[in-house]
Amino acid sequence: MLYQLEGSQAVARAIALCRPEVVCAYPITPQTHIVEGVGELVRSGQLENCQYLNVESEMAAISVAIGSEAAGVRSYTATSSQGLLYMMEAVYNASGLELPIVMTLGNRAIGAPLNIWNDHTDAMSARDAGWLMIFAENNQEAADLHIQAFKIAETLKCPIMVCMDGFILTHAYEKVNLPEQSEVDEFLPHYEPAFALNPKKPCAIGAMVPTTEFMEVRYLAHLRQLEAKTVIEKVGREFSARFKRNSGGLIRTYHTEEAETIIVAMGSVLGSIKDTVDGLNQASGCDRYGVMSVVSYRPFPDEQIREALKNAKRVIVVEKAFALGRGGILSREIELALKGFDIEIITVIAGLGGRVITKTMLSEVFRKPKDKLIFLGLREDVIRQEYKTVLDERRA
Amino acid sequence: MSSLTMGNRFGQNTSVQSSSNRPNTLTSGHRACQGCGEGLAARCAIDAAFTAAKGKIAVVNATGCLEVVSCSFPDNSWNVPWIHSLFGNTAAVASGVAAAFKNKGQTDVRVIAQGGDGGTTDIGMGCLSGMFDRNDDVLYICYDNQAYMNTGVQRSSATPALARTATTMPNSHYNGSDPETGKNVPDIAMAHGIPYVAVASVGNIHDLERKVAKAINIRGAKYIQIHCPCPLGWGFPTAETIRIARLALKSGMYPLFEAENGALVGSTPIEDQIPVEEYLRVQKRFAHLFGKNEVPEDIGILQKIANRNIEKYRLGGV
Repeated sequence: MLYQLEGSQAVARAIALCRPEVVCAYPITPQTHIVEGVGELVRSGQLENCQYLNVESEMAAISVAIGSEAAGVRSYTATSSQGLLYMMEAVYNASGLELPIVMTLGNRAIGAPLNIWNDHTDAMSARDAGWLMIFAENNQEAADLHIQAFKIAETLKCPIMVCMDGFILTHAYEKVNLPEQSEVDEFLPHYEPAFALNPKKPCAIGAMVPTTEFMEVRYLAHLRQLEAKTVIEKVGREFSARFKRNSGGLIRTYHTEEAETIIVAMGSVLGSIKDTVDGLNQASGCDRYGVMSVVSYRPFPDEQIREALKNAKRVIVVEKAFALGRGGILSREIELALKGFDIEIITVIAGLGGRVITKTMLSEVFRKPKDKLIFLGLREDVIRQEYKTVLDERRA
Repeated sequence: MSSLTMGNRFGQNTSVQSSSNRPNTLTSGHRACQGCGEGLAARCAIDAAFTAAKGKIAVVNATGCLEVVSCSFPDNSWNVPWIHSLFGNTAAVASGVAAAFKNKGQTDVRVIAQGGDGGTTDIGMGCLSGMFDRNDDVLYICYDNQAYMNTGVQRSSATPALARTATTMPNSHYNGSDPETGKNVPDIAMAHGIPYVAVASVGNIHDLERKVAKAINIRGAKYIQIHCPCPLGWGFPTAETIRIARLALKSGMYPLFEAENGALVGSTPIEDQIPVEEYLRVQKRFAHLFGKNEVPEDIGILQKIANRNIEKYRLGGV
């Protein structure tokens, strides 16, 4: 059924449709409306049979979910930015313990300087934590990906982070089609893990593992990530077949077949990118530009990306995070996927701390990228002045 | 261990530990040091909980000595459902386990969180306070050996005044752990107004078992702190664990009491109070207070603490 909803409310309702049994809430902008929404659904009785815990920190939020998943019930939490960093020790722990927690990450910059607005620095900080990480392009996809996320995570016994851009998606009102409860119940049956804390069948979870087995444990986790590519695609196909809507999968392509230049990005900026590319293609009368969305960042779908990009002459990666002193993060992964191909790769760092990304800016950089590493909309006058001050201070 | 140690009295006062069908929740073969107070306390506490909850318990363990010695792949000494997540999040993990069992309608499964004093009074304090605040149905047991023993005896907020640890080494400028530092977590637990708080000791197994058995079937958040002498960290012979625990009790350095809903409801009176010196002299962690550098004021600081305990927790009897 179609609703006009705030992104966070759409996600909250999608979560409720998945019937989590434990939800832990801790406020952090811009994720807060999601846990508020779930809380309201629990308190009003619309989400039945669910324990909703107001916890005292993000560390507790993820830890409660670790405990409840270990005891065998479907569990959910959400966070952003500093919250993700605050819980990071337990983020690694959850994947190591193979607990299929679903967590929304309302993407936001990381301070200092303090900034509540959107970029992907928070997500990139967790890229090697052993979680699956999928990025929503719009609110419809954010809702859909959460429903798929439980299935993917529980199939693989691996936690999953559904990333959605803070404010741009979490606070935007859009039309969202939410499925009926009965449809979701069929797609996502009751969760009953084979292995959980149970007095009738005692087991120990989380033993110390010595040098003789530790590498094997990590390698098995690596294999699980590789296997996840198949599972994410399969669940995406099942979802599309049942709900008659394409959502999820590993990557999505847009006019890439003939394109000389393909733009690669993750999340909500893909909307502006597709608009820009449409404009450019219309002006030239042919599909010179294409777009590839990375939906699954972890696992990283190298083969699919190679297949989608192999005929391009130039790939422009627009990303909302970067490694200081090094450049793009997503770009390096794309570069690795395209190793051996003669394709020019341009990195465009854009939208840090919520910096606006306009079609005009994108259009210019897509047509004439001036460098291999571009900071979109960077105020160079400010940089010149501030850097001079820094140098003067150092000399003094 | 002597039969007295195990509370091995005849008749209806027989302790869980001395019973021939004790549950053995923590089986032999674990790697605790000889004379480990924590290993003994954990076995007594979890056996007592197991018995009182008719076998339906789940245990969440903080990182630390107890976790390392009892569950190192491929060995596991626990005969109960057991999970170890991290050092500082134990109370929150236990809250999650309790929430899961509640939602499954299995409130007969009683949830225990356990950790050392470092994992409880320092790094785990935030999650512990949150668990108290929500009054989650968890019994948290802190095995208090008064320093970070697993990492090599560093100071924690449970380390007593003037004690030597690896990070409070006495020298010509410093005299062990600074007096007027440290925190009283049983008091903090009481300030949360939770249904049950108790302090116990391996020097009194009967009392320890009784408190655990009582706590395990109370709904809501419970906190028990157990004094566990550590031969290695405190510097005493491995056969002396129980004797030292009892000297702590007799001197007033470790007050045994119970509190319900934030109010003191009972304490274990000291029959013949001994000077703190008798407790301190037998431990190397206080050795710098004696001998050629002995300063009576130092002992006085600790004697004052003991006296204050006796007054505050009414250990002097009626």
